[in-house]
Amino acid sequence: MTSNPKKGLIVFFSDCIRWSLSGGVVFYIYLAVLLALMGAGIYAYGHQFREGLIITGMSNIVSWGLYISNFTFFVGVAAAAVMLILPAYLYKDKDFHEVVIIGEGVAVGALVMCLLFITVDMGGPLKVWHMIPGIGLFNWPSSILTWDVLVLNGYLALNSLVPLYILYCNYHGRKPVGWKYMPFVFLSIFWAVSIHMVTAFLYQGLPARPFWNNPLLGPRFLASAFAAGPAVIMMVLIAIKESTKYPIDTTIFFKLKRIIVVAAVINLVMLFSEVFKEFYTFTHHSLSAQYLFFGLEGHDSLVPWIWTAIGLNILGTLLFAFAPTKSGSSYLMVAAVSLFTGIWIEKGFGLIIPGLVPSPMGEVVDYAPSSFEILITLGVLAAGMLVVTFLIKPALVILSRYKEGIKQPEADGL
Amino acid sequence: MDHGKKKNAPLKKAGPLENKCTRRSFLKGVSIAAAAGSAGLVTGGCGSVASSEEAKLKWDEFFKKNYRLMTQEEKDATVARLEKLAKLRYGLDVQVSNQEPLDNVLYGYAFNITRCKGYMDCVEACVQENNLDRQSKTQYIRIFEMDSGQLDPTSGDGKYFHEVPVEDKFYMGVQCFHCENAPCIKACPTKATWQEPDGIVVVDYDWCIGCRYCMAACPYWGRRFNWGDPVVPKEEINTKQHYLGNRMRWKGVMEKCTFCVQRTRQGKLPACVDACPTGSRVFGNLLDPDSEIRFVLKNKKVFRFKEELNTDPKFWYFMD
Repeated sequence: MTSNPKKGLIVFFSDCIRWSLSGGVVFYIYLAVLLALMGAGIYAYGHQFREGLIITGMSNIVSWGLYISNFTFFVGVAAAAVMLILPAYLYKDKDFHEVVIIGEGVAVGALVMCLLFITVDMGGPLKVWHMIPGIGLFNWPSSILTWDVLVLNGYLALNSLVPLYILYCNYHGRKPVGWKYMPFVFLSIFWAVSIHMVTAFLYQGLPARPFWNNPLLGPRFLASAFAAGPAVIMMVLIAIKESTKYPIDTTIFFKLKRIIVVAAVINLVMLFSEVFKEFYTFTHHSLSAQYLFFGLEGHDSLVPWIWTAIGLNILGTLLFAFAPTKSGSSYLMVAAVSLFTGIWIEKGFGLIIPGLVPSPMGEVVDYAPSSFEILITLGVLAAGMLVVTFLIKPALVILSRYKEGIKQPEADGL
Repeated sequence: MDHGKKKNAPLKKAGPLENKCTRRSFLKGVSIAAAAGSAGLVTGGCGSVASSEEAKLKWDEFFKKNYRLMTQEEKDATVARLEKLAKLRYGLDVQVSNQEPLDNVLYGYAFNITRCKGYMDCVEACVQENNLDRQSKTQYIRIFEMDSGQLDPTSGDGKYFHEVPVEDKFYMGVQCFHCENAPCIKACPTKATWQEPDGIVVVDYDWCIGCRYCMAACPYWGRRFNWGDPVVPKEEINTKQHYLGNRMRWKGVMEKCTFCVQRTRQGKLPACVDACPTGSRVFGNLLDPDSEIRFVLKNKKVFRFKEELNTDPKFWYFMD
């Protein structure tokens, strides 16, 4: 990499920034919307920073809300990049190899969202350094939260550095050297599973919360992630296909579809298994499920959400399963959006809120996010989308130039 | 602010300050005080001198270590800073203790469900003693009104608001149970909460990052979070404080019952035990064979809440 003094990292990055920002009117409108949402989020967060988390809808009973719900879901989206990485690098699947960089970009964006959600959820964000080993105290291995910090940051590093290396090589018209990055690819495959299992263990490891204290939680996290994550990647691929000239072969959609169907069906089977356990022999430990699916003591704010989620889950699964062989972009988009939304509701606040209600003392309350909370959440989502956009755009430019051969005008003779 | 100029004029008025502030911070503050004018100075204690002194104190406070890693000198220094900050902020002379656990003491608690009549004097005493937030009406103790035939407080009514006692009802108090095997301690990512040698589970408020994982982990709902800045009227602040106990908290940190560490380490009873008009609450040293708590454990039929979770609480219920 350093053998090319003329085009060092600085030129590389300035080219990337240039490519990130180039685009038509629609692209600038899209950017403006994202920036406006981020601005609103920053404004709302400023308010939360001054007043405290009291401006959210959370309470001593529902002590985690929209932030942690979204965090949990987007860990799954990040983990799902492995569904592209595995076939692309391990089985040398050509179609997946074309788009694996997009999966990695989505993973990095999702991780940025996760870390931001954790940060905005903290009561003392300025004290994060208390967790840094050396200057702080890191309660590892006892606290699962410390494991989560390790695996999320590690996964972020893996998913940033491997693509960065490959793109940097391609930028110079070189082929990346296998032994330099393949070990990290293997590592990231195991790591992807670990980020989601560890995040599930955060909840699964709490006997205080019977709704979470369930050995199926981790596996089900994975199944739903491997359905929702590829659905997100499919949405991004469709957007790229429709709005750029980057060639995306239709076979990739069929391959993704197959992954999604298998994962979504496993997810539904596990959901059914959980519902059976909760309601066939209704115990005290089933009260959270009762609250989620049917309402408890007159509190039923989650009921319409969870049934919408289940409806969307089934709809999305069926749409993917019975897709006509020549299904168009809009058909797949509808299927992906419904499956994504269904799992987002179910694995987000459909999982977090009922774990906290009823409280360990049997008290039932409803939770509704405040408008500030929603603004902050939207701001974080916009920030993540911006990251994804700014990663994928230059990556696609570099890749298509590389594929055109080593005859790019700026290439200095490699 | 206008530094340097007009240094001489208000010096006279600033004079008496020397008693309250250290000489160094006084000199540093003079120029600021000069610009701020005299009115605030005379009435408001350190006045604007405070702003720079307060900032310095807060800066030092921000970078201090976890309480358990501090040397005795560092503990004394932070306590001195906290006392100074309280003086600047509330104009109160608080005493923040950093008294260590007593030797050969392990605290235990027992609750007589036959005697308790649900008067809630314990709750009130706890709020006063521990400087609990009046705005959000934070309470460490919950009393549940129970129907006969039950022994699980989760089936009771924790929000009753009527004259007590009610016939055919009995009452169960719940608070932090100071578990030997506490799930909250295991959960904390920064070791900001731990069990002291005398069995009290405490929080280092300065070290807590406010992630609320301990709250999710507690099977007894024993922890309270400061969603906003807690409000305690100045005249109601209990000035006898402990670093790990009832000193003033702020937004974004976790807090909980500490068995009134500021009292119990001085050989006193927790405020709730003191306040109980029916004598339902028994507190004492589990290592002392002659203590009342040992008598209860030996001679009464006792049980613990959610024992199946293996948290090993040091809080027992018993009946006469």
